[in-house]
Amino acid sequence: MDFDTLRDQLHYQPISLGIVALLASGALSLAYSATKDHIAAAELRDMQTSLAQVMPAGFADNDLLQDTVTLAGARGQPVKVHVAKQAGAATGAVFQVAERGYAGDIVVLMAVDAAGRVLGARVLKHTETPGLGDKIEIAKAPWIESFAGKSLADPAPEKWGVKKDNGVFDQFAGATITPRAVVKAVKGGLEFFAAHRAEILAGGKDGGKS
Amino acid sequence: MSDTGTKLDYRTIVRDGLWDNNVVFAQMLALCPAMAVTTSGTNGLGMGLASTAVLVVANALVAAIRRTVSLQVRIPVFIVLIATLVTMVDMALNAWLHDLYKVLGLFIALIVVNCAILGRAEAFASRNAVLPSVVDGLAMGAGFTLALTAIGLIREFLGSGTLFAQASQLLGPAFAFLEMRPLPDYGGALLMILPPGGFAVLGFLLAGKRALAARRARRAPAGLPQGA
Repeated sequence: MDFDTLRDQLHYQPISLGIVALLASGALSLAYSATKDHIAAAELRDMQTSLAQVMPAGFADNDLLQDTVTLAGARGQPVKVHVAKQAGAATGAVFQVAERGYAGDIVVLMAVDAAGRVLGARVLKHTETPGLGDKIEIAKAPWIESFAGKSLADPAPEKWGVKKDNGVFDQFAGATITPRAVVKAVKGGLEFFAAHRAEILAGGKDGGKS
Repeated sequence: MSDTGTKLDYRTIVRDGLWDNNVVFAQMLALCPAMAVTTSGTNGLGMGLASTAVLVVANALVAAIRRTVSLQVRIPVFIVLIATLVTMVDMALNAWLHDLYKVLGLFIALIVVNCAILGRAEAFASRNAVLPSVVDGLAMGAGFTLALTAIGLIREFLGSGTLFAQASQLLGPAFAFLEMRPLPDYGGALLMILPPGGFAVLGFLLAGKRALAARRARRAPAGLPQGA
């Protein structure tokens, strides 16, 4: 084929661009179907790792990834709650909460026992200032551990804040907004659990379907 | 797009990529990813390596199809190619090297907007055969990796007091020896980790490169022509 003359003709240009786009889409769909299952498996492993971090070993004997119930959160958004069970009876729940921090949403994964006490919490995702706000990560500081054992009654609701707001939780030097947001997120999570306690503890029956 | 008539010298290509025409220090391209990810040496290295991989494949593909692409639609064609490549790299890493993906994940998508890759497709690969284009991709990528790693290491050292933190996550446990903390008591100057620190380090490095070039030019006034 003589591309040198063909190249400059008007009809050749859109057609060649179309062919490239078509081939690219084909390559992408092939790559997508080749990687889809592997990506899902990897994300599942990630989730299991996170679940194991917020919940003490041996707390649940069921498959947390299977026993879930989806409820409407405080802002109407769907919240997927993983129900922890021992010998078939619900003993707690794990779910994600998000709150606006200094620079975007902070996503916290938290585990709550049946009595409404925090078992553990971990920040899954945030975009806070490195060096100041990132002490909410377990890799940087043990601060996030201070939520373990807390409930809506202990400390009292007005004490659910950072020390600057007369609360019980430490803030970091140079960063108040970030820990304040995490405290608010965890408190919101406990309120969410309290509001839906019955549904959650009865839940997990739709396991696998949601 | 006709091939350039000049005979290609691989040494010149490599020299251009690494130093004379370095993506960051000479062409001043790709500053957005360069500033965004170089908060540590490891991040810079990871971004550099991922960009190099895309750059080499993109150059090879563009060089292979250079005769069939019209001048008028070349830019969209190149962009489609590069975006497809980046997306495939992103999915492949996510699927098979998931731990590495968690470290690099943020950077991979940024490669699409790395104008250095489109720049090389346009300036080099669309005018040269496949092999020189691959060499150019490797050289430019190596130069980019060096620049990012250098900026990252300086920022990391001044900002957090460490060197190559988390390198073992990127390169495997065998490279844990790279992780150093030269000054145990040094807490770090936060400014260097924040964006202004990136610009400051880049500015000093550029000034240093200029000074080096100026000194060389003084020493050899009638010497060989220097690159940019």
